[in-house]
Amino acid sequence: MLGKLTWSAIPFDQPIPLVSAAVVGLALFGVLVWIVVKGWVPYLWRDWITSVDHKHIGIMYCLLALVMLLRGFIDAIMMRSQQALAFRSPGYLPPDHYDQIFSAHGTLMIFFVAMPFVIGLMNFVIPLQLGVRDVAFPTLNSVGLWLTATGALLVNLSLVIGEFARTGWLPYPPLSELAYSPGVGVDYYLWALEISGVGTLLSGINLVTTILKLHAPGMTYMRMPMFCWTALASNLLIVAAFPVLTATLAMLLLDRYLGFHFFTNTAGGNVMMFMNLIWVWGHPEVYILILPAFGVFSEVVSTFSGKPLFGYRSMVMATMAIFILAFTVWLHHFFTMGAGGDVNAIFGILSMIIAVPTGVKIFNWLFTMYGGRIVYATPMLWSIGFMVTFTIGGMTGVLLAVPPADFMLHNSLFLVAHFHNVIIGGVLFGAFAGYNFWFPKAFGFRLHEGLGRAAFWCWLVGFYVAFMPLYVLGLQGMTRRMQHYDVPAWRPWLLVAAAGAGIILVGIILQVAQLVVSIRRRESLRDVTGDPWNGRSLEWATQSPPPAFNFAVLPNIHGEEAYWGMKQRAIQQARLGDEPHYVDIEMPRNSPTGFICAFFATFMGFALIWHIWWMVALAAVGAYATFVAFAWRDRDEYIIPAGEVARQDRANRHARSEAIARMQAAP
Amino acid sequence: MSAIAAKASEGTLESGQPHHDHAERAGASKRIIAGYGFWIFLLSDIVMFSAFFATYAVLVRSTAGGPGGRQLFDLRNVGLETACLLFSSFTCGIASIGAQTQRGAWFYGAMAVTFLLGAAFLGLEIHEFAGLVAQNAGPTRSAFLSAFFTLVGCHGLHVTAGLLWLLTMVAQVFAKGYRPDILRRILCFSLFWHALDIIWVGLFTVVYLMGAAS
Repeated sequence: MLGKLTWSAIPFDQPIPLVSAAVVGLALFGVLVWIVVKGWVPYLWRDWITSVDHKHIGIMYCLLALVMLLRGFIDAIMMRSQQALAFRSPGYLPPDHYDQIFSAHGTLMIFFVAMPFVIGLMNFVIPLQLGVRDVAFPTLNSVGLWLTATGALLVNLSLVIGEFARTGWLPYPPLSELAYSPGVGVDYYLWALEISGVGTLLSGINLVTTILKLHAPGMTYMRMPMFCWTALASNLLIVAAFPVLTATLAMLLLDRYLGFHFFTNTAGGNVMMFMNLIWVWGHPEVYILILPAFGVFSEVVSTFSGKPLFGYRSMVMATMAIFILAFTVWLHHFFTMGAGGDVNAIFGILSMIIAVPTGVKIFNWLFTMYGGRIVYATPMLWSIGFMVTFTIGGMTGVLLAVPPADFMLHNSLFLVAHFHNVIIGGVLFGAFAGYNFWFPKAFGFRLHEGLGRAAFWCWLVGFYVAFMPLYVLGLQGMTRRMQHYDVPAWRPWLLVAAAGAGIILVGIILQVAQLVVSIRRRESLRDVTGDPWNGRSLEWATQSPPPAFNFAVLPNIHGEEAYWGMKQRAIQQARLGDEPHYVDIEMPRNSPTGFICAFFATFMGFALIWHIWWMVALAAVGAYATFVAFAWRDRDEYIIPAGEVARQDRANRHARSEAIARMQAAP
Repeated sequence: MSAIAAKASEGTLESGQPHHDHAERAGASKRIIAGYGFWIFLLSDIVMFSAFFATYAVLVRSTAGGPGGRQLFDLRNVGLETACLLFSSFTCGIASIGAQTQRGAWFYGAMAVTFLLGAAFLGLEIHEFAGLVAQNAGPTRSAFLSAFFTLVGCHGLHVTAGLLWLLTMVAQVFAKGYRPDILRRILCFSLFWHALDIIWVGLFTVVYLMGAAS
């Protein structure tokens, strides 16, 4: 009846997962009760869960990322403390559990923190920057969000029901094959990523179509803000790379479930094919993450330097060059496979070439700052911290791209230090810069500046203290994923690294405090005009938070930096342009399709993991019925009357006129 | 009835004159956006197939002492499959025209023939698979056969999904008429069906022709 699922799946003998799951479960239950008691269920259902508004979907993606960041960071703290303790002793985490923790840490941080964070920012910002009212496929967008949430839910479910994979964040066979990993851990990993991978693909298709096909009048490609370009490259990479992940994981699933021989040691299976396939997806994946972050830095550096982005066209070229090169370097992840000197040399050189367009970008940001009147607001601090940190990470990357050096450093903590250096120093700093930069746009009030800066400094210092020792340890020969060790020379460095993780923890606590304090003091932090940073692109042309229709009248674009031009004209003439003629606006209606579809997907994934076949069939029928029901509806749009549009826009015009008047009075 | 017709003619005008839908919110009409997005999806699907093709190419000689393509492939059966599928693309095209011009006889008739041809293709494929399994050449026999069953079976799954989609579209037109949004879905469906042909041409060549020759 319930397949492989029995009471023995619940780890009653292991206090750590049981207690932590109980705490999380109680907290979730408490939040749910609170929501019900406060009567917020209809509001949540109407405005968030069934919302097809790109802004709400983007915010929910970011929220998912922030919550999962906490979970992934708890894993990180456990690993650092285990390694600090486990010198000539078993530490406090048995190998069985430790292996699950490093696997879950990597899986969560990449797929359910970094990915939803950048996808959330893109979803929120792109239509606003393009000057349009919506994305190309709003309901599909909602499906993508909820399928991603399903994946995150399944990974977290494995904490209490069964186990998670012990195979690392990429399940290399033959270890991940049934013969060596007979439990459900790898299945949790595989189904969670298959389901959320579909969600990511849908999101990628939606954003590519949006960027290429939806524009305000006059918004040509070469007038798009830099963030739109990097988002385009990132989403093109999603469309081209994620299907490979789906196919590869499907092959491993077939091996595990039906006894196929893709990656087995027997019957002609080819283990190294898995490494090739997974990295054909995996290397573009790191650019999927970093390119949107590059876009955020471009916007932030230009805004807070008070100058247009230096070398816009070279920046576009560099972005698209990285997009192409992303597909040509995957083999550098396994130089030690033994493909031969010639092959390794080609991939080593191609990998080093990526440093060229990236260097172009760094110099462009530096030249943007040069001669500017720089405002050191929190987003700008993250950007400057990124430039320094990412450059170091890039240089160690070039070092790793040298095949002979890679033979020495492969699988060592040097590698771990390198990719944390670029992912924390690049992607995460970019996500935090974007979070601080666009928060006022999303919610109508700024984040507390002092706490934001304090959090930044803790993260920056904590990062260096935590990861620079790992470079040293790698050079000393310490391999990654060690549950215990007995080399005395490693001990001090691991203690320092643990202290670094503690400093980062303080940074995270400060970020939580920043959010709480900002919400409590939101009246004094209110963004009245919709343009709190003296911005340059169109998202700052509308009020904060933007109305459902984004723009009362679609802006006409006459050059690069569309909003900056309008603003300067208004300041020169000491008045806004004439009030436009308002008309009715059609917007897509909300739909629970995404949520219901993810509901069935969750059950299907769970049932597949535990071999509960009747539930699989039931969930499949449910998901199909959901789509048919969606296709059957007769009205898919609603009208916002012109009067309502005018009312909202007049309020914003009033605030902006007053700002201009103040500006005239000031000097 | 005339109301439906009026709505539908609006739909056919869409590509030329994007005035009633979100001309203001978008540069392109809904029809173009839907078709464009679906093309992007199809490209991603083709990328997925390319991963299976590459895997097949790597594993084609890993027969682990078992039978290879030359012993197993029956080109007569495959020829029939190909004929069914290619001809179904033709009838699918007729159905698209029938939908656009709102001639029910053509639309329903051509969709029915498309369905029958697709089902015949699937039947032939299942027959082939069953025969292979019966002679102890199932997907668990060797890496080559794993790759073969996965690549060809993935295409077969797509055809199955296409048939389900086809029935849904027929039911939608029957219940709701030729509404613009339904016509857009029919456009996407026909793109999907033709793309399956393109994949099949690759399969037929790389798997069956080259396999039977080597």
